[in-house]
Amino acid sequence: MTIRLGGIIAGLAITLVLVLWSLLPGAYNYAFGPAPEKQPSSYFYEHGEGPAGGFAFDGAFGKWDVAQLQRGYQVYKEVCSACHSMKFVAFRNLKQLGYTDAEVDAEAATWTVPGIDPATGETTTRPGEPTDAFPSPYPNAIAAAAANNNAIPPDLSLMTKARHDGSNYVYDLLTGYGEPDPAKAAKVGFETPDGLYFNKHFHNVNIAMPPPLSDGQVTFADGTESTVPQMSKDVAAFLTWTAEPSLVERRQTGWFVLGFLLFATALAFLSYKQIWAGLKPKKS
Amino acid sequence: MSFAWAKQYEPQSAFTKWLDEKLPLPRLVYNAVGAGYPVPRNLNYMWNFGVLAGFFLVVQIITGVVLAMHYAANGLVAFATVEHIMRDVNYGWMLRYAHANGASFFFIVIYMHIFRGFFYSSYKAPREMIWLLGVVIFLLMMATAFMGYVLPWGQMSFWGAQVITGLFTAIPLVGEPLQVWLLGGFAPDNAALNRFFSLHFLLPFVIAGVVILHIWALHIPGSSNPTGVEVKQESDTVPFHPYYTAKDGFGLGVILILFTAMVFFLPNALGHPDNYIEANPLSTPALIVPEWYFYPFYAILRAFTGDLTIPFTGIVLIPAKLLGVIAMFGSILVWFILPWLDKSPVRSGHYRPLFRKFFWFGLIPTMAALFYLGGAHAEEPYIMLSQIFTAYYFLHFLVILPIISQIEVPKPLPFSITEAVLGKDAAPEAPRTGSVDGGDAGTATDGALQPAE
Amino acid sequence: MATDTAATTEVSATEEGVRRRDWIHIAALGTAGVGGASVLFPLISQMAPSQDVLAASTTEVDIGAIQPGQSIKAAFRKQPLFVKRLTPEQIAAAKADDTADMRDPATLASRTKAGHEDILITMGVCTHLGCVPLGAAEGENQGDFGGYFCPCHGSHYDVAGRIRKGPAPKNLHVPDYDFTSDTVVRVG
Repeated sequence: MTIRLGGIIAGLAITLVLVLWSLLPGAYNYAFGPAPEKQPSSYFYEHGEGPAGGFAFDGAFGKWDVAQLQRGYQVYKEVCSACHSMKFVAFRNLKQLGYTDAEVDAEAATWTVPGIDPATGETTTRPGEPTDAFPSPYPNAIAAAAANNNAIPPDLSLMTKARHDGSNYVYDLLTGYGEPDPAKAAKVGFETPDGLYFNKHFHNVNIAMPPPLSDGQVTFADGTESTVPQMSKDVAAFLTWTAEPSLVERRQTGWFVLGFLLFATALAFLSYKQIWAGLKPKKS
Repeated sequence: MSFAWAKQYEPQSAFTKWLDEKLPLPRLVYNAVGAGYPVPRNLNYMWNFGVLAGFFLVVQIITGVVLAMHYAANGLVAFATVEHIMRDVNYGWMLRYAHANGASFFFIVIYMHIFRGFFYSSYKAPREMIWLLGVVIFLLMMATAFMGYVLPWGQMSFWGAQVITGLFTAIPLVGEPLQVWLLGGFAPDNAALNRFFSLHFLLPFVIAGVVILHIWALHIPGSSNPTGVEVKQESDTVPFHPYYTAKDGFGLGVILILFTAMVFFLPNALGHPDNYIEANPLSTPALIVPEWYFYPFYAILRAFTGDLTIPFTGIVLIPAKLLGVIAMFGSILVWFILPWLDKSPVRSGHYRPLFRKFFWFGLIPTMAALFYLGGAHAEEPYIMLSQIFTAYYFLHFLVILPIISQIEVPKPLPFSITEAVLGKDAAPEAPRTGSVDGGDAGTATDGALQPAE
Repeated sequence: MATDTAATTEVSATEEGVRRRDWIHIAALGTAGVGGASVLFPLISQMAPSQDVLAASTTEVDIGAIQPGQSIKAAFRKQPLFVKRLTPEQIAAAKADDTADMRDPATLASRTKAGHEDILITMGVCTHLGCVPLGAAEGENQGDFGGYFCPCHGSHYDVAGRIRKGPAPKNLHVPDYDFTSDTVVRVG
């Protein structure tokens, strides 16, 4: 009885404190207080929809489009890698994109990675080996910040997993550059700050990365026209692969495991019903 | 072990006879989860979740021990070793996704198990000790899950460690030194990461130990059942094996289908993208939330926005931060006194019309809302909603349950489990002796436990 | 007293029904067994070398500065690598021993590259139990045969790295390598 009485008193006390000191002041403020100031950027942000037609790897049966991944790699190499590292991806991983051992060796050697002079022990550079990761163009974070107006270009290995709906996000971001509607901007007093760039698909529409892509910037070996949307889609696909190289293998294993489990569970159900069969006559 | 008609273990071969003399382990298993454990024959699928929780504990321990072979608890390399597991270790991605989603599924089945207990009042005498041990297991699980989430050393890991240890700073006087002591520094770093790893490895085995106590305590009175009427006679029960091993086997198959669907097709759906960004002490993610299974308690924590002051004096009695922390811990601690708050003589919610209304239209929507609100941005109207539902949460357990257990008129209970399953006519000769709750429908007292021996 | 509830209530099972029932239980248990066993595969496989360890790494060694009779130690796949430039006398001695009674017979020619018979490249890992033999550095014990000597259990290797005395079963392993130029060797 004392426990119940104590409980009732404690319960009422908690409710009272919550309602009188937290809920009512909050509700009063919500109803009569000043409306929260709307960020000017919130007038311009648009939620992107990803590329038209989606990606080849979308859905539970999706597969990599290897040609697209190769194009995406080319975009990364010729454009993104000027500022962005990819430290969890090694050149040897490119074998999964349909390159042979020799091609991977040759490709790795076209990159310059940090090394140590075997004679003097001083830091130097050397051609990449298949076991090396995609290098950072900057020796350290301070250098990266100094070279980029204080914004450190993030590592791209996991970019599509580090953002919500990452593959579409990368595509949207790369295609979201432009100018704000001048009439609207004048009305709400919006101006893109110095050193930043307007991007309608970035959360606060002011992004530190200058527009990286322009039409015809790279020449694709397979003759695909290198428009900005095309390159954006290809590089978004490539970064999806770098974030999770096991994606397709994972789903294939998943179908196999699911099929097996459905079969096993059906058997378990029949076995269970058999065991219980004699026990439960229907209610008369 | 508890009922007179329980089957006895009879070793067949010379070896099992010898073993039974020297170390009667097969006998223990036989009596615990074998044919020697009589279980009410009317358990529904809600009674599957105890075994499933045990299964997921085993999954977590196995995958966890394996992942620990590749992981290094050092701030410089922790994130990279997790990526190493995902990319280079054979089947590493499968093991890690199984461990991450295994934690979620462990909580899913535990929540089902707990809410089964709420509805069927499994916490009531004579099963209070089972319930208390269960709450201890839940608290240990929360600690383990929190520390495990720190280990990948992503942004959410880091800021989760910062925020959760920051809860302790709400304690007057010793709070701030306590946080520094917990972290072994002024911010989460190697010291914190290493001790969290050590404890994350240790605690699951502590949980396993408490689980054994939980099952031991269960075998004293035996399992409860959906009618809430205690076992009276042999025809009320069936042996655990093969009846419930078969049923649990089927249940395991169903949950494994759901589990593998998550692991192989939506492995990151229950996680947060920010945890794929390496920990950065200089930048906080836009929305700091714990893993989904903590959302209700996180919502309760955030519901207290105002200091408790003496009006018009400005004197702060209890700051809002401390109120939130007290409420959050209190919301689980209140489960400890639940057996003594709800004194209704009837156990099962099926026979408690008033209780049932408050359960389905009060507690369940409140928990659903708190699950949603705990993951929402800390802005209106979410704050007001979480305040309303937090208030109901405490009212439900502390005020409503004690009162309705006094005023409620329960529905007539069946005389026995057999009668509930087979109907009155089919019920075999039942020893209608020595029981206060005779067959009379409407007396509705089931406090009497059949003697266990 | 201890009657079996299942047996007493289960009255309708015909002989045909019993056989069918047994079959379904065996199938269910068998499938569960297969499932359980296949889970072992990733759990065992994860302990095998990971992809980054398996990825063939190569090491380049500059041999230009090694004087005849000298050796250097390099690292190849996290293991010591011995590179030795033999003196003409050592080459002659090694060739003379080609036909000697050895545990793991091999000729000097089979352990060096044509045109570079004076360069002997071996792993610095004793084939007995994996210690690093002495003899690569100046002044170290080179054993009874003037090559390498493993101090752990007393294995003696000759100038061509062949096991001549002691418990080691095989000659020092010669890894794959190529001369990229006269003075640079690419191992791996």
